[in-house]
Amino acid sequence: MDEVDLLILGAGPAGMAAAAEAASAGLSVALLDEQARPGGQIYRDVTEVPKARAAILGPEYTAGRRLADAITTPRIRPIPGATVWKLDPDRTVAYSVDGQAAQIRGHRLLIATGALERPVPIPGWTLPGVMTAGAAQILLKQSGVVPRRAVIAGCGPLVYLIGAQMVRAGTPPLALVETQTRGDFMAALPHLGGALKGWRAMAKGLGWIAELKRAGVPRHTGARDLAVEGEGRAQALSFTTRSRQRIDCDTVLLHEGVVPNTQATRSLGLPHRWDAGQHCFVPDHDRWGETALPGIYVAGDGAGIGGALAAELAGRLVGLHAAAALGRWEQAERDRLAVPLFAALARERAARPFLDAAYPPSPQSRAPADATIVCRCEEVTAGDIRRYARLGCTGPNQAKAFGRAGMGPCQGRYCGLTVTSILAESNGKSPQETGYYRIRPPLKPVTLGELAAMDVPEQQEKSA
Amino acid sequence: MNDASPFLELEPDAPRVTVRFDGTDYALPEGANLAAALLAAGVRIFRATPVSGAPRAPFCMMGACYDCLVQIDGVTRQACMTRVTDGLVVERAPGKDQKDG
Amino acid sequence: MDADYAIIGGGVVGLSLAWGLLKRGHRVLVLDGSDGSFRASRGNFGLVWVQSKGLNEPAYARWSQRSAGLWRDFAAELADATGRDLGLQQQGGYDFHLDEAELEAKVRQYEALKDQLGGDYPFEVLGHNALKREEPNIGPRVAGAILHAQDGHVNPLKLLQALADDVRRMGGRVLTGQTVTDIVPGFAVTCADGTTHRAARVVLSAGLGAMELGPKLGFAAPIRPQRGQVLITEKLPKLMNRPSGIIRQVDEGGVQIGDSKEEVGLDDSVTLDTAAQIAARAVKVYPDLARAQLVRSWGALRIMSPDGLPIYQQSPTMPGAYLVTCHSGITLAANHARELPLWLDGAADAPDLEVFSERRFAVS
Repeated sequence: MDEVDLLILGAGPAGMAAAAEAASAGLSVALLDEQARPGGQIYRDVTEVPKARAAILGPEYTAGRRLADAITTPRIRPIPGATVWKLDPDRTVAYSVDGQAAQIRGHRLLIATGALERPVPIPGWTLPGVMTAGAAQILLKQSGVVPRRAVIAGCGPLVYLIGAQMVRAGTPPLALVETQTRGDFMAALPHLGGALKGWRAMAKGLGWIAELKRAGVPRHTGARDLAVEGEGRAQALSFTTRSRQRIDCDTVLLHEGVVPNTQATRSLGLPHRWDAGQHCFVPDHDRWGETALPGIYVAGDGAGIGGALAAELAGRLVGLHAAAALGRWEQAERDRLAVPLFAALARERAARPFLDAAYPPSPQSRAPADATIVCRCEEVTAGDIRRYARLGCTGPNQAKAFGRAGMGPCQGRYCGLTVTSILAESNGKSPQETGYYRIRPPLKPVTLGELAAMDVPEQQEKSA
Repeated sequence: MNDASPFLELEPDAPRVTVRFDGTDYALPEGANLAAALLAAGVRIFRATPVSGAPRAPFCMMGACYDCLVQIDGVTRQACMTRVTDGLVVERAPGKDQKDG
Repeated sequence: MDADYAIIGGGVVGLSLAWGLLKRGHRVLVLDGSDGSFRASRGNFGLVWVQSKGLNEPAYARWSQRSAGLWRDFAAELADATGRDLGLQQQGGYDFHLDEAELEAKVRQYEALKDQLGGDYPFEVLGHNALKREEPNIGPRVAGAILHAQDGHVNPLKLLQALADDVRRMGGRVLTGQTVTDIVPGFAVTCADGTTHRAARVVLSAGLGAMELGPKLGFAAPIRPQRGQVLITEKLPKLMNRPSGIIRQVDEGGVQIGDSKEEVGLDDSVTLDTAAQIAARAVKVYPDLARAQLVRSWGALRIMSPDGLPIYQQSPTMPGAYLVTCHSGITLAANHARELPLWLDGAADAPDLEVFSERRFAVS
């Protein structure tokens, strides 16, 4: 089997930074990513992007080139186009590239699999024409494709960023329909002091809002009871502010922030805790990113949402720690090198509590109406989940057995938090007590043919 | 450029190749993301679900939601994780009706 | 008394019993575990299966046949009560063989059992071509199959849900998230949350939980976990007409493939080598499966007795306490719902279950 010093899953900012740091200390690194090119979702295809598109996307995006350039060293073996489908506590990882399965083992393993968009289960969210705001960004970054008549709905800084980018692309959104309320802002105020320490992030956000205002994009805040309307595809978004409103459109972009993608860490049975501020589960880890399984690290948004720059710093810390653990740095030297990184990380995270409080997930998506689909794959509704709670389901694994929520190909990525949230509410328990899906391999579907080819006697039989 | 598409292509002059989707030929940018290219070409519905037959199209564009499923060489694939190549033949993934049939 | 019967374990076995006892007019309390408990009820293969059961003990074959015979009526009654179709199919099932000699050996065993059962063992042997007519998608390497007419399958999760629903509907009390810590005659059942429940009789149907609780009630409870790994594909167009012991297409369209038999203790994880082996075997039987996407896999723990047969035993030291455990909770659900309550009640028309008592394990 393939073995490397540091095996990294995910070539986003955390993965790339960890790879560069570890390689510069002399470690051999393998960097797996599902995409053909490094960057993760935040810097998707940053190495390829044409100039005009780069201008639309802005300097925060093109900053990722620096990281991508730093990983072109012989000590770092990129394994692009790799779908990871099984992880073992001994740090062996099974993955597939172009329909061929393989295994690789790291003496240290970094899970840097980033974030997913928080599910926004509203009526009609499964209709064609409804996408995540992140999807619109990916379309723009990778393909130079932008929706012509789109409404952006939800809350959070990314709503303003993608809106501003669409303005620059010449297809401004028809409107922003924002769910955060004045009350949320008031609740966020106690965190304003911290936010001002992270003033750069705040200033960027205000800049995007100003761009949208200049372009005349209407903003509706405090919106509730959102629903996508349309026959067979999205044709309008309706919502209530002071009165019921309806905006005709072809595309609805949903966004209520991002949450850690915990599929890989869950599949290892690692402990996770509910982060009440960010309304999501976070894998337990120490300040270096090491999890409850020694030698297995998390960094970046997958370890708790902090954004690209925080991810990069956390990745470098993992690189340092792994290098020291494998004897490339003295511990004292590691600690000295880490001091400025920890300080910068604290600055990067300073604005988070304010943003988290000011842009919380909407009450509607935390407790969807009974008729709303929560599991897109198996088409299970919020009402179904509440019924399973009445039938004694204390947690999502029982509810999954009763109603198939989380059994589809997405493996619960877009229903897990909602199901936990509904069960917690129905049973009068906390999300922590309610728990989460037990994630099993394959983390992503793999063909039986690929799996069968890994049967050793089978191969011997063939060659005989 | 496809003006009927809900999506605008910023660089419409990219070299094109022919891709067949559900029996119709499309001229798509070579090497492009298949899901993005089909959306830009005006394809609104990618599949019907096996559960209710409801229409679906790309949702996350990052390989996580499995709503952009298509079939290539008899294997279910995510369009958003597939690159456009010349002569690619893409079928719709079987939905409810095919399942029952 | 809170209940006539306290049933410890709210899986398919416990709920089937509870359902049957409620039908007989008893007050029933079910104490069920947590979301993370080992639950064979949600990890099993969903077969309602007769063939190969009791090759060395015809009474077990008969017991399985009896349950398979009761299943249609049981499923219909549950469906009526809950409005939920359980997806029961009893049009026969296969035992596939890749090797001619193995097939013949199995057939000889079946013939011997058939004699012992007085001829009531309706199976036929299909060679490759005959099988191909029944199952056109079968692969060239399949030598043949035994088709047993009494076999079938069901959606076990729909069964679990229907039971959970109907037991409550009939007034059964089901307490979830409970861990039973102590039981004293009388009976007083104490849970980890400090609550105590009183019942005239206690049934221990807690699956592997009986390993710990059994001895407290005077049972030997010589059971052990045996892991089975199961793979399931994306939903596929109809690929097969009947289930086999290792491959079946479930009512939702996915193809479920199993199952390993591994002695690994309380470890229900999925391992690559076993999963690959299971996949390789499935692809030999149905080659089209090579292109199917595997979407889920799991390991589940069977509750195995030394001879693989169920254990039905009244406690020798605490009369009124019963142990009910088996690894075929789906197949036997109809018996457990219809027949076992008679035995628990000591009814005149109760089945004779002596052959399934713990006494068979006593060292003579």
